[in-house]
Amino acid sequence: MGHIKLTNVTKSFGAVDVLHGINLDIKDGELVVFVGPSGCGKSTLLRMIAGLEKPTGGELAIDGKVVNDVPAADRGLAMVFQSYALYPHMSVRQNLAFGLENTRMPKTEIAERIGEAARMLEIEPYLERRPGQLSGGQRQRVAIGRAIVRRPVAFLLDEPLSNLDAELRGSTRAELAALHARLSATMIYVTHDQVEAMTLADRIVVLRAGRIEQIGTPLELYNKPANRFVAGFIGSPHMNFLEGTLEAAGTGSAVATLKGGHRLQVPIADAAAAAGSPITLGVRPQHITLDTGESGIPAKIRLVEALGSETVLHADVAGQKILVVAPGQHDLAPGSEIRLSLAAAPIHLFNDKGLRLERAV
Amino acid sequence: MSRLAEFIFRRRGRNGWHWTDIVTWVWLIGGLFIMFGPAVWLVGSSFKSPAALAEFPPTIMPYVTQKATVEGYDKPLDLYEVTLPDGSKKVLAEVRRIGIVSQMVAPEKPTEIVKVNIAERTPVRTMSFATSNYSEPFTHFDFVRYLWNSVFVTVTATVITLIVNSMAAFALSKYEFRGRTFAMLLILATLMVPLSVIMVPLYSIVSALGLFNNLWGVILPTVATPTGVFILRQYMLTIPDELIDAARMDKASEWQIYWRIILPLTAPALAVLAIFSVVWRWNDFLWPLIVLSRKELYTLQVGLSIYSGELNVQWHFILAMTVVTMIPVVLVFIFLQRFITTGIAGTGLK
Repeated sequence: MGHIKLTNVTKSFGAVDVLHGINLDIKDGELVVFVGPSGCGKSTLLRMIAGLEKPTGGELAIDGKVVNDVPAADRGLAMVFQSYALYPHMSVRQNLAFGLENTRMPKTEIAERIGEAARMLEIEPYLERRPGQLSGGQRQRVAIGRAIVRRPVAFLLDEPLSNLDAELRGSTRAELAALHARLSATMIYVTHDQVEAMTLADRIVVLRAGRIEQIGTPLELYNKPANRFVAGFIGSPHMNFLEGTLEAAGTGSAVATLKGGHRLQVPIADAAAAAGSPITLGVRPQHITLDTGESGIPAKIRLVEALGSETVLHADVAGQKILVVAPGQHDLAPGSEIRLSLAAAPIHLFNDKGLRLERAV
Repeated sequence: MSRLAEFIFRRRGRNGWHWTDIVTWVWLIGGLFIMFGPAVWLVGSSFKSPAALAEFPPTIMPYVTQKATVEGYDKPLDLYEVTLPDGSKKVLAEVRRIGIVSQMVAPEKPTEIVKVNIAERTPVRTMSFATSNYSEPFTHFDFVRYLWNSVFVTVTATVITLIVNSMAAFALSKYEFRGRTFAMLLILATLMVPLSVIMVPLYSIVSALGLFNNLWGVILPTVATPTGVFILRQYMLTIPDELIDAARMDKASEWQIYWRIILPLTAPALAVLAIFSVVWRWNDFLWPLIVLSRKELYTLQVGLSIYSGELNVQWHFILAMTVVTMIPVVLVFIFLQRFITTGIAGTGLK
C-alpha cells in the first residue's frame, strides 16, 4: 500500500505552466523529498497528489488506481501543512478526532487511535488545550498526530519544519526520521532546505521551474549531480563553479585552462567533449585545499569567516568567486594572496549546457 | 478619585491652557450636548403630562404647576407665587386672566378677588412624573402584542440574515469561480439603491407572494444585506485557506467545512452583523408600515404611529413608548459595544 505513480503530469494556472510532464514512481514505504527553490512547483506537485489541485494533464495513480478525478478526501492520504492548519476553535483532541468523525468511525475506536497517537508523539498532556495555547513544536506534533490517526496510505508533508527554530528543527527532523522508520509508511516531504532533504530522504527529487532535474538517493545527488543546478543546490556551502576551456583531450584525462590562464588536469571520459569547447569545473568548498607551494591556483581573499573548527574563505580566482572551507584555524587577512589546490578534489565537469560530463573511470 | 480627576482634567499645556485644550473641551462638551441632549429630552419629556409638553419654553425635566381646589370654583385652579404691592410674597390661585392682568384668589378666602399684573407672579411648580404615560399604553394599547411582533421579526430576520449572508460570504471568499469579483461588486452596488427606489416593485413581489399582512413579508426582503455579506466576506478572507484544505483532507463535506470550520471562526464578525441586524430590524418603520395593515400584526415602531392621528398627536404616549422601544437597542449597545467597535475597526464600516 502506498505506491504512487505520476505519468506525464502537467499543471497550468491559466496561461502559466507550473509543471511540465512530471514522471515519478514512489514505492511503498519510501520517504521521498521534493526539493527545489521557491516557485519551482514542488508544493503544487504535492497538492496535486493530495487532490487539492487537479492536474491539467497526465495521470496520477495510487496503488495502481488512477485517482485524477478522485476527491482529496477519498484518496486515503493525510497531509501536514506548513502552517499546521490546526482548527483554532477546537481542542487538540477534537482536532485529531475531526477527520475520524467524518468517516463515521465508532467513538471507542476514535478514542483508541487518539490515545495511541498521543502516546507516540508525547502530546497526551495537551489533549484538552486549544492550538493557540501550544508552542510551535507542540503544534507541529499535533499536526503530525492528526495525520497519523487517519492511518493513511501515504503522508504528505509540506515544509513541516519551516516554522520551527533551528534547534527544534534539528530534533524534530530526527523524530520524523524515527517516525518514518516505525510507521514504514510512504511519505512525501516537500522542503526548500537541502539539509533536510539530505538527512531524511530515501530518494530526493530535485525540481526547478516545473521540471524534475534529477531523482536519486542523497549521496547519488551529492556525488554525481546530473547538472550544474543540482550540483549547486545540493551541498552546503554550495559548490564552486570555475569557467574554463578544454584543451586537447587525451585518453582518460584532459587539460583544462581556467579563466586567468591556470592549466590543470581534469579526468574526463574519452569523447565526452571536443577539444576547445567551454567547460565548467565544479568543486565543493570542502574539497579545496590551501597550497603552500607555487603550483596552486592563485586567489585573492575577500573575506574570512573563522568558525573555530573550520575557516570559510571567500576568494577571487581571476574574477570568479570561490568559496573554500578549510579545516582548522588559519591566520589569513582579507586582501592577501593564497594558492588553492584541487588535487584532492573530486572534480565535477559540466558542458556549456550545464550537463554533467562523464568522468574517466 | 484623585487619579480620575487628574485624568479628566489633564491638559496639554503644562501650566496654562494650550489652544488645543480649549478646542478639545469645547468640541467634546458640544458633542456631548448634541448626542445626549435629544435622548435626555426624550426621557425627561416622556414623563410629562400633555399640558407640560405644550408649554413654552420647554423644560428638560417634567414639571407641573400645582393646583388647588378652591371653594366656589368647579375646576382646580393653578397656584402662583405673587409679589404683592407691599413687597410680601403670597401663594394665590388664578381664576382668570384678562390681558396682562390676572384675577386671583387666596385659597383660604375664595370670595376676595385680587388683581395682579402677570409679571408679578410665577407659577408654583413641582417635579412630577406622569407615569401614566407608561402604564396606560400597557393597558389600553396592545403593547405586548406589538412587542411580540417586533421580537419575532427581529430575531427571525437576524437568524436568517446570519445564515444567508454567511453562506454568500463563504462562497465569495473561499471558492474560486468565474465572475466572483463581479458578483461581489454587484452585491456591493446594491448599497447605492435606497429602499424608496425599490419600494414599489418590492411591494408587488411581496404582495404577489401572498405575504402582504404577514410578518414574513417584513422579514424576508430584509435578510440579504450587502453590508452583511461584505463584513463577513472581508472577515472570512482572513481565515487561512490551508484550514479548508486540511478539512478537505479530513474528509469534511463542503457543508461541514462551512458549519464546523468557517462559521465558528467567523464568530466575531457574526456578532457584529447580529448587532447591526437587531438594531436595523428593531428600528425599521417604513417597510413594516407598508406591508402590515392589520393592527394585530403591527411591530412596535408601526404601533407607535397609532398615537399620531390626523387631528391629534398624543405626544406623551409616543414619547413614553419610544423610550420603551429604545431599551432593547440600548442594552444591545451597552453589552456588545466591544464587538461593535472591534467589528467596525475591522471592516472600516460605520
